Amino acid sequence: MRLAWVFLGSLGRRRAATLLSFAAIVLGVALGMAVQAVNQAALAEFGRGLRTLAGAADLQVVGPRTGFDEALYARLAARPEVAQASPVLEVRTERIGTTDTLNILGLDLFAVGAVTPALLARPVEIDDRAERESRLTSLAEDSVFLSAAAQTALAVQPGDRLSVYAGSQPLELRVAGDLPGAAEDRRLAVMDIAAVQNHFDRIGRLTRIDLKLVEGLDVQAARAALEPLLPAGVWLEVPQAAEGQASNLSRAYRVNLTLLAAMALITGAFLVFSAQALSVVRRHTELAFLRAIGLARRQLFVWLLAEGALVGLLGAVVGVALGHGLAFGLLELLGGDLGAGFFSGLSPSLRFDPWASGLYVLLGVGAGVAGAWLPARDAADIAPAQALKASDDSALSQRRGHPRLGLALMLMSLPLCALPPIMELPLGGYLAIFGLLAGSILWLPMLASGFARILPLWGPVPVRLAAARLRAAPGMGAVAATGVLASVALVVAMAIMVNSLRDSVDVWLGQILPADLYLRAGRVQSGGVLDEALQARLADVPGVAHVEFTRHDSLRLVPGQPPVALLARPVSSDGRELPLVGSAHAVAEGETAIWISEALHDLQGWRPGDRVQLPLAGSEVSVRVTGIWRDYARQTGSLMLDLADYRRLTGDRSVQDAAIWLTPGADAFSVAEALKSAGGSGALEVTAPGEIRAISLRIFDRTFAVTYVLEAAAVIIGLAGVAASFAALAAARRREFGLLRHLGLTRGQIGGLLALEGSLAAGIGILGGLTVGGAIAWILIEVVNRQSFHWSMDLSVPWLSLLVFAGTLAGLASLAAVLAGRQAMRQDAVLAVREDW
Amino acid sequence: MHRRTCLLALAGLPLPRILAAVEPSAGSNGAETDSKVAFDAVLPGRVLRFPDDEGAHPGFRTEWWYVTGWLKGTEGDPFGFQITFFRVRTGIGEDNPSAFAPRQLLLAHAAIADPRLGRLRHDQRAARTGFERAGYATDRAHVRLDDWSFEQMDDHYVTRVNAEDFAYDLRLAFTGPPMFNGDQGFSRKAPDPYHASYYYSRPQLQVDGQVTLDGRRQAVSGRAWMDHEWSSAYSPEGADGWDWVGLNLDDGGALMAFRMRRPDGTALWASATRRFSDGRTQSLGPEQVEWFPIRRWQSPRTGIEYPIEWDLRIGERRYRLQPLMDDQELDSRRSTGTIYWEGAMRLFEDEREIGRGYLEMTGYGNRIQVG
Repeated sequence: MRLAWVFLGSLGRRRAATLLSFAAIVLGVALGMAVQAVNQAALAEFGRGLRTLAGAADLQVVGPRTGFDEALYARLAARPEVAQASPVLEVRTERIGTTDTLNILGLDLFAVGAVTPALLARPVEIDDRAERESRLTSLAEDSVFLSAAAQTALAVQPGDRLSVYAGSQPLELRVAGDLPGAAEDRRLAVMDIAAVQNHFDRIGRLTRIDLKLVEGLDVQAARAALEPLLPAGVWLEVPQAAEGQASNLSRAYRVNLTLLAAMALITGAFLVFSAQALSVVRRHTELAFLRAIGLARRQLFVWLLAEGALVGLLGAVVGVALGHGLAFGLLELLGGDLGAGFFSGLSPSLRFDPWASGLYVLLGVGAGVAGAWLPARDAADIAPAQALKASDDSALSQRRGHPRLGLALMLMSLPLCALPPIMELPLGGYLAIFGLLAGSILWLPMLASGFARILPLWGPVPVRLAAARLRAAPGMGAVAATGVLASVALVVAMAIMVNSLRDSVDVWLGQILPADLYLRAGRVQSGGVLDEALQARLADVPGVAHVEFTRHDSLRLVPGQPPVALLARPVSSDGRELPLVGSAHAVAEGETAIWISEALHDLQGWRPGDRVQLPLAGSEVSVRVTGIWRDYARQTGSLMLDLADYRRLTGDRSVQDAAIWLTPGADAFSVAEALKSAGGSGALEVTAPGEIRAISLRIFDRTFAVTYVLEAAAVIIGLAGVAASFAALAAARRREFGLLRHLGLTRGQIGGLLALEGSLAAGIGILGGLTVGGAIAWILIEVVNRQSFHWSMDLSVPWLSLLVFAGTLAGLASLAAVLAGRQAMRQDAVLAVREDW
Repeated sequence: MHRRTCLLALAGLPLPRILAAVEPSAGSNGAETDSKVAFDAVLPGRVLRFPDDEGAHPGFRTEWWYVTGWLKGTEGDPFGFQITFFRVRTGIGEDNPSAFAPRQLLLAHAAIADPRLGRLRHDQRAARTGFERAGYATDRAHVRLDDWSFEQMDDHYVTRVNAEDFAYDLRLAFTGPPMFNGDQGFSRKAPDPYHASYYYSRPQLQVDGQVTLDGRRQAVSGRAWMDHEWSSAYSPEGADGWDWVGLNLDDGGALMAFRMRRPDGTALWASATRRFSDGRTQSLGPEQVEWFPIRRWQSPRTGIEYPIEWDLRIGERRYRLQPLMDDQELDSRRSTGTIYWEGAMRLFEDEREIGRGYLEMTGYGNRIQVG
């Protein structure tokens, strides 16, 4: 155990380097843990909510967002397979005067008990009301029952009034009670189904039917028997399917974040590597002595690994704790989807998952061990006698890396990029990124010496010395450059990708929002519609030159998959106003053209020119895919068709949105006011495209906030790597500096030498990082994003930012090198030389 | 008479208090309280016509078809059964075009009093009318709620019940004309004539059919009683419970008696109808009907004490009522929170059994939320 002090104690003697390695591992583990914990919490909450809603239902009938005909309910309820059928009409509405949205479930309270008892309403007695009145509360047309979480969120209590929009009309509701069975943190609102149908103008419509089958009946058998009764676009699903859909939806986002965290962890491993490598060099004599007095080669190796493992373990334990703290903060700030919008309306609570935490601790230890592996092997390989006689750092200096392995890894990345997604994840892309990063690091010493060879050997002594050193011992520089390369590559890749996406989204918003004003029936998604009379009134508002209306719906093309958005709006026959990808396919006379988003193209395999079936208004309609358009808004796919076609096929003449072009000279503000008053009661929301754009980009930036945090972390890690490397290098070279002082170099000159070496090493790392980062950015854009989110983007490199970033980093690196070497420079030259002889 | 009890009982299902809402609130004047909805009023002098009046009267606030009786299988002892369908006009959604509009609700309640089990088995259903799941006819007795139904065919009723742990399918044949309670079917509930109902009974129904108990199906036969009553203003102020009895006499006669009970146990109102074996019917007023509790039984579940043996004075005659079994308390606290006693009874006169029927007692536990 005395050996433990010799080895593990050495970590304490080089505090700065140990702390940095530790910090890097803490960061990597913490980020990964936070992403994992937050997502786990959100998914668990989402799943629990779904189970509350589904209750004891064996099957659920689901359809498009606008729902389906209620006659299906009577047909299904009468079937012998069905023990109880519970009809559901869900509408989304908005509280007047606020931005609070509320999903109201219209239920038949008589059918709910047997299927979804958690949704049973409990009237609360209210003193000032006639007793008789309060008894029929459950059915009253203005009664709404709110779960505890919804009451908290809306700051209302039973007995209070709640004003919401029903379509474009205000509707006064009374909070009549609560939902004692609802999960605590679930925001739910329940009303009588007849009241919802009436108030929200959805007479005859249902959005879901929950079915409880007769006991002992096989779900699949029942499904086979009931499926033929369903109209087109309406499906039977087992309630768990929705949970899976939500999980899949957020999985790509989650995996991407986790991989970013993994990169931070890998950077941490590099830091351990550089610290250990230099520490081993410094302890050359000490280690040789230990070998000489009988420590076995194997033991030495294991003890050196243990040093890395200890740093990894400490970092990981602290990282897991920090990760949970971070997750808590993120949940409070951004919500369960880290701002990405997958789980709105949830207030998840954090839970400690011992298995996931254990895994992250293991990953941290693994990073530490992996970083310590090569230096430990080098140290174990030294011949004790020789090392004792001539203590120097030759072993490390002579390392030339593994250029062949590096080249092979980099070449391997190319075919990996061509792999299709595996389990809907871009695993090939991730492997390619890993190959590029690892390959380039193995190649770095080669790059360094090549770089040194082209450096001219002239100028002042420090410059020549620095160049000569890099040329003679590229391994040294490579160690310092490793961390820089990894972090620069990560930053550059993310910066290029995010910049490309942001620019593409910006351009796309411009294409998709060409009008002067946009109008919609509140923020309401399913409640608010503009009826025909209102449409005519809007078109007649003075100052309005031209109006285009949009109808939104969602279709279920395949059971078990999330619904696909449908947008019906005026579209020209060549789709020139759409952000098209590729060229359009001409449509023959009499055919209905649809324009599909890239996601739909990827998920359904539809191509321009294909003839496909769409479930519209309960029956299959044959349409022709005309072109593909870019849609950053709807990840599960969307399709667009001409509003006239939609009206012809469905007979539905209502719309939700209007795009308005003004007559020349008209004042946008006064026209907006006139449009709002045309709807009456403030139910219409009119916005300028600039506003929508600003909001969209704000949401975008929030979504990528996490990646900015990671980028900043990577830069700090990279700089820390330079500082750590040079602190260790400078310490190891004390006698060299002493000799140089003896030969007449001033302290300033040695400082310049160090700064130059630092810049050179960092420069190599930065150059390599820029190149590799560019390549990784390409993989992120063309492979990872395309396969994860099904959207393409145009490459846009933020040259100026990258240039500033690279320059700053090089400057900071030389500063770090000087600061790190100051200690060595301060030392008495005579003493430093004598120490080693 | 059992209406309110059952209404309360059923109320629990999904709609905690809807049933109780059938009652106009204390101090209000019933039908007139609803400014939007005008319920039909119960007025004296209306002549009940058949079969139309066997059907539903949707203009009134509340209505029930209530069947009780004694059955005997091929083996074992006799047991009691009960099935009730309630119709409730809520006054809600009268102008709502939705097919789900809860204008009319149907509620059903069924029970079996089996001495071998020693307590009641019971089950209940509730639904709004519509979607072919629940409905009623207005030209004859026909109400149904999913797979529960009560239907009139010419000279008999058919009723089917599929409850959680029992089921029955019974044919109830008429043996005579309906028996009008009160003044030719106009039945007062209080000194104030405003609280009244239309009320007729069909005693001495000859029952044949099948009963499934514990998964075993058996053929049964027996005698039953059917009450049909409808009103818009039923329960008077000042009564917090009632006692009701309907009995088929062995000589072919029948006896119905009820009293509305004040909190202190005295009668606010009482009434009885007696049919003799020759078909003559006699209607008796409050002063001719008296109830004397003889033996009490305390429920081990709820701690409530019920008078389960009674002496009855109807006009000049005295009867003794004894239960089929003591424990016929209906404890539905878990689903509805209401508790009452409703069970099969034997009728004695001079120590001799002369008939069988059902007794219902409400308001003995303070948990019953009345009025």
